Amino acid sequence: MASALTPYAAIVRSRVAAQATYRTSFAAEVAGQVFLTVVEFAEVYVIFTRVEAVGGFSYAEVALLFGLAATGFSLADLVVGQVEHVSRHVRDGSFDVFLLRPLSALAQLASSEFQLRRVGRLAQALVILVVALVVVDVQWTPARVLLAVLTPLLGAVVFGAIFVATAAVSFWLVEGQEAANAFTYGGNYLSSWPFDVFAVAVRSFFTFVVPTAFVAYVPTLGLLGRAESSGFASWVPWCTPLVAFLTCGVAALAWRTGVRHYVGTGS
Amino acid sequence: MTGAVIEVEELRRDFVVRRSAGRLRRERHVVAAVDGVSFSVPGGQTVGYIGANGAGKSTTIKLLTGILVPTSGRVRVCGLDPVRQRRDLARRIGVVFGQRSALWWDLPLGDSFRILAAIHRLPAAAAHQRLEECVEILDMAAFLATPVRQLSLGQRMRGEVTAALLHSPELLVLDEPTIGLDVVTKQRLRSFLRTSQERYGTTVLLTTHDLPDIERLSDRILVLDRGRLVFDGDLAGLVARVGAERVLVVDLAQPGPALDDVPGTSLRSVEADGMRQQLAFRAQDTSAAAVVAAVTSRAELTDLTIREPHIEDVVQRLYVTSQRS
Repeated sequence: MASALTPYAAIVRSRVAAQATYRTSFAAEVAGQVFLTVVEFAEVYVIFTRVEAVGGFSYAEVALLFGLAATGFSLADLVVGQVEHVSRHVRDGSFDVFLLRPLSALAQLASSEFQLRRVGRLAQALVILVVALVVVDVQWTPARVLLAVLTPLLGAVVFGAIFVATAAVSFWLVEGQEAANAFTYGGNYLSSWPFDVFAVAVRSFFTFVVPTAFVAYVPTLGLLGRAESSGFASWVPWCTPLVAFLTCGVAALAWRTGVRHYVGTGS
Repeated sequence: MTGAVIEVEELRRDFVVRRSAGRLRRERHVVAAVDGVSFSVPGGQTVGYIGANGAGKSTTIKLLTGILVPTSGRVRVCGLDPVRQRRDLARRIGVVFGQRSALWWDLPLGDSFRILAAIHRLPAAAAHQRLEECVEILDMAAFLATPVRQLSLGQRMRGEVTAALLHSPELLVLDEPTIGLDVVTKQRLRSFLRTSQERYGTTVLLTTHDLPDIERLSDRILVLDRGRLVFDGDLAGLVARVGAERVLVVDLAQPGPALDDVPGTSLRSVEADGMRQQLAFRAQDTSAAAVVAAVTSRAELTDLTIREPHIEDVVQRLYVTSQRS
């Protein structure tokens, strides 16, 4: 297993070395990424200076939602977010070079476009998550501790799968990435809020089609012991692993079909 | 498995081209880029694959390397199905696309080689030895530490060839490897390819517009014209096929009459009152020795040279003849 990752590790190491060459610009980029999460969280803060609760969630509870979603999203963004660059590689034909190497094209893309600056965003998201976990009123049980640890990791898997599935669209629509962003960044935004505040159509879409509801909202109900009072069975918050598995399956299928389409039509 | 490194049977690849016809209508045309091509390349051979722009050379290469699915026909490279066994095949072939870099733009050239060695899981000692060899013959030591984006085209191309050979592939595919290179770099690259082919028995498939590449490197020539293979053989055979003419240039001791009666030849030109004359002849009509003997029986020679047909002309004639048929 470790040796299977050696080539990718070599690629990522080289990316990090190249990006760290210009220290000042690298530091500025990391700061920019940190700032991004701060600005996003500022929205939550501003709203809670006016109201006591949103969708039945207190400030600390929304912060927890935000922390879980942001950690999952920024972890996914760090590891596979760069697959959105596939459209550029398809357009200029450099995707061929990936196909000429004895490695997975997807993993090559993820490793060769690796952006270390994205750790800034992840770090900031983790800070918010940890503070929220400390502040929020949770009756901690071993199961809930497990849920709190698993949720951001599985969230990263779900977002990662969405990244891959939407990037696969680029094999058909070279300029399709903008539309794809609605699902990735849009899904991230929605998952930072209690789902009750959105219209039913939006909620259904982001539960069953692009399942970001399972990234933060549903597990948070589990952590707070509120699944049943919100109309879910008590086991629903534990469905995230299944959702993650299914989204990965869909993403893998989309990607394979995309590569097959590329190989079928030529560039 | 047979001994052939490349086996292609009735290979065909269609592309759908959409053209606007009128304001809203779009017409669908099916164009065969490769149209029923068959050939087989045994191990160790160097094959020049030539043809005009759009003849289907790059499409063939994509079909051979698994980046494009054939519409019909059979392809086997190193005994593998290129598309279905793409990753296995990638371990055994090296590919240089003159237009697409396999190197990392923002890294020193040497780092690209290190990453590629890791990608191919080469044992450190083997990778080091192969790299040393390439660096020495291609004279790359001076710019190994230079980022690829700062390299000249010639330096980068030497890097690309090394990148393709690092894992000692059985088959090396070169798509326009000398495009845009200066004469010295071209020569260096050609002799390097020749040496590495002789030393390791690497099979080489080479597409090029630069016909001297073919003359220097290839044992065998395949000529593709609008998707069809119109010639398969060696350079001499190609010359004979199109009836290309060799030219004997003779310098005579004294001004003399035009040598227009030498059997099997046609007089091309008479210069300096007949002191220099050019006689064209075809290999199948007569031999150089017979022409020289015939000329010496008529006049006293001081010097002679034989001009071989230029491969550009040969291929040009082939295109013309295949278009007529």
